[in-house]
Amino acid sequence: MLTSAFYFIAFVTIFFAIMVVVSKNPIHSVLYLVLTFFCISANYIFMLDATFVGMVNVIVYAGAIMVLFLYVLMMMNLNAIAEQKRSVLFKISAAVTGGMLLLVLVAALKDANLQIQGSALEAEQRIGSIKVLGYVLYSKYQLPFEVASILFLVAMIGAVVLGKKDNSTKTIGIEPVK
Amino acid sequence: MIPQIFQTVPIEHFVYLSAVLFVIGVVGVLTRSNAIIIFMSVELMLNAVNLLLVSFSSYHQDPAGQIFVFFIMAVAAAEVAVGLAIITMIYRNTHSVDINDMSRLKG
Repeated sequence: MLTSAFYFIAFVTIFFAIMVVVSKNPIHSVLYLVLTFFCISANYIFMLDATFVGMVNVIVYAGAIMVLFLYVLMMMNLNAIAEQKRSVLFKISAAVTGGMLLLVLVAALKDANLQIQGSALEAEQRIGSIKVLGYVLYSKYQLPFEVASILFLVAMIGAVVLGKKDNSTKTIGIEPVK
Repeated sequence: MIPQIFQTVPIEHFVYLSAVLFVIGVVGVLTRSNAIIIFMSVELMLNAVNLLLVSFSSYHQDPAGQIFVFFIMAVAAAEVAVGLAIITMIYRNTHSVDINDMSRLKG
C-alpha cells in the first residue's frame, strides 16, 4: 500500500516537474510547480515521517515563494510578448546534456553502498517531530539560525533598494521607457 | 524508529527520484529563455536536493539533515526576493524578461 503510493507520488511529481519545463504559458508553469511542491511535501509527510519539514515546505514554498512568482508574473503581463523560440537543435542538445547528467548520476550511485552498516541507529523519539527539531535547532545550530535572520534582513533591504523607482533615466542599452 | 517505507522501498529509489527532478531542473535552465522560468527551474533543483536530504535524514535517524533543509529554504526565500526584484528592474528597463535581450554585457 505505502509502496505503491510512493511510486504513484513519484511519477506524479516527475510528470508535474516536466510540465513546468514544457508548458508555454508561464502562469501554468507556476501552477504546475506548486503541484510539484505539494507532491514533494506529501512524500515528506506520509513516507519519510518528516511532518514538520513537510508543513514548512507547503507554507514557505507553495504558499509564499510561489505566490511571489505569480505576483511578479501577473504584474508583467508576459502573454503580450511571446517567448523567443529556441531552435530544435538547441533543445535536443539540451535534452541530451540533461540525459547524460542523469546517466552520470545514476552510474555513480549504482555501485554506492547506501545501506546502513550493522545495526541501525534507534532513536527513541520520532526525529521529524517539532520537539526534536526545535531542540536541535536552538541548541546545536543556534548561531546559523541567527545568521539566517541577518541574511533575511539583508535580502529585504536589497529587494527594497532594487525595486525602488529610479528617477534618473539610466537604461541598459535600450531607449528609456515612457 | 526508521519509517516503514524503507522496508519495501530501498533508499536508492529516493536518490533516483531526486536525481530525475534535479535533471529536469537542469534541462529547464538550458532550454527556456524566460528568466522567470529559469528561476523556477532553479527552485526545482533546490527542492530535489531537499528531498534527498530529508530522505537520508530519516533513514539515518539524524535530525541534522532536516535542520539543513530549513537553512536551504531560508536561503532560497532570500534569493527569490532579491532575484525577482532584479528581474522586475530589468523588465522595467527593457520591457522583456527574455535572457537573449540581456546579453549586452558581452566582453
